[in-house]
Amino acid sequence: MMKVALIGLGSVGKGVAGVIARKDLGITITGIADSKSGCVEPDGLDIANLLLNKSRNGYCGDREISAADVIKKADYDALVEVTPTNALTGEPAIGYIKTALIRKKHVVTSNKGPIALAYKELHALALKNGVALRYEATVAGAVPVMHTLEHGLAGNEILALYGVLNGTCNYILTRMADEGLTYEQALMEAREMGYAEADPTYDVQGIDAAIKLVILANTIWGNSIGLNDVDRTGIDLLTPDALRLAEDEGCTIRLIAEAIPRKHILRVSPRILEKNHPLVVDGTLNALTLETDMAKEITLIGRGAGSTETASAIIGDLLFIQDRYVQRT
Amino acid sequence: MKLEMKDSPGQLVAALKPMSEVGGNIIAVIHQREPDLDDDTLNVQIVLDLPEGRLERLVALLKEQGVHIQRIGEERLLYKRTVILIGHLMHTDLSDTVDQIDSTGFAEVCELAMSMPAVHERSTSRITIKAVSKHDMEAALAILRRVSIQKSLLLIEPLEEIA
Repeated sequence: MMKVALIGLGSVGKGVAGVIARKDLGITITGIADSKSGCVEPDGLDIANLLLNKSRNGYCGDREISAADVIKKADYDALVEVTPTNALTGEPAIGYIKTALIRKKHVVTSNKGPIALAYKELHALALKNGVALRYEATVAGAVPVMHTLEHGLAGNEILALYGVLNGTCNYILTRMADEGLTYEQALMEAREMGYAEADPTYDVQGIDAAIKLVILANTIWGNSIGLNDVDRTGIDLLTPDALRLAEDEGCTIRLIAEAIPRKHILRVSPRILEKNHPLVVDGTLNALTLETDMAKEITLIGRGAGSTETASAIIGDLLFIQDRYVQRT
Repeated sequence: MKLEMKDSPGQLVAALKPMSEVGGNIIAVIHQREPDLDDDTLNVQIVLDLPEGRLERLVALLKEQGVHIQRIGEERLLYKRTVILIGHLMHTDLSDTVDQIDSTGFAEVCELAMSMPAVHERSTSRITIKAVSKHDMEAALAILRRVSIQKSLLLIEPLEEIA
């Protein structure tokens, strides 16, 4: 049995806990914490009961036990860090991850903040301690981008990448194109569907897509770039006429994140694409085209968000760690 | 395009083959022997449809076959790109925006579609630019990028073909 400490019980955390409880994956949760409480049980926690408590009174455990306590003291092989992204400081997640790595615990996270802001340091810390730091869920949700890069495309040189990495923007653009909605109408609809936050700035101005581009670029090319290195234009100033004028030519508009090192391009911007282009996906779907020297172009398409979908990426990382490290010891 | 080649067996076929190799569609082949020309050369005029960006490759292939290209029709050399501009296009002098491209001599705006919903609202236009080469097209787009920033316009570019 691989022992896991789970930090964060929002949509993603609940998804991960639910899947571990439901499926026989050889994973047990020995520590858990939300923003207000925590609990520890070396023999494995009763997840179903714990989730029930959380839904009844808002706490998963003891209010005297904090997330930091669980990370420092619980007995686990891997930390699953799924607290909300803080794009400015990456905290408290960076601190959580460092503590676990120093304890020689593997870390799996869906949190974009730490990976975008402190990848180099965290990656070095993991290497030094002989443990894994995995973050498949940070980019394109359920789509196995990192596994594809690391294994399927091993030995390939990645020449460029182009992606639709923000489901909220893609939903808004799809609705503007299909129904002739204004940006404001489509945004309101996205909110009603639960696809957009009350403050949509982070999504519609391309910040979220840019953070994912930073994570991909640092992973592939190890060039320590930051959010400020990305040339960024959002979709909030698009008019319905723009989509109609594109449509007249058999095209549409999508928010594309692109990185082409040989041309020094690192950019998130709305772009005109032919409607049959592989990156023109509908609704909240994500897509990523990798251009490589041997495989040429590979396009991955799938769900970029959702509780169980994101859990899929985290479970994939955990089982990889189990195969690679835990079973051998 | 007008071609000049050796008048020996198999030469015409050898010249036509690269055209299908690059995905071209031959519309007409005009083959006339001119009496005042030396016996060993043949002049052929070919009209063909070629996917964008393939012409340079075709020219290289024909040269390999020892075919001399006398002339390439102007139209066929043009690169086309369509962009969308959003903003206060009239207040920021759209004709000046267009002129900045036209005055280069190597690129021009060949089509413009426009939508103006209300006097004070932002308008949207679709602009098609033609340029003589890929390099010139890049230069034209760079000008448009600079003008867009100066005039606070939102420029939406096409996603370049994956190279």
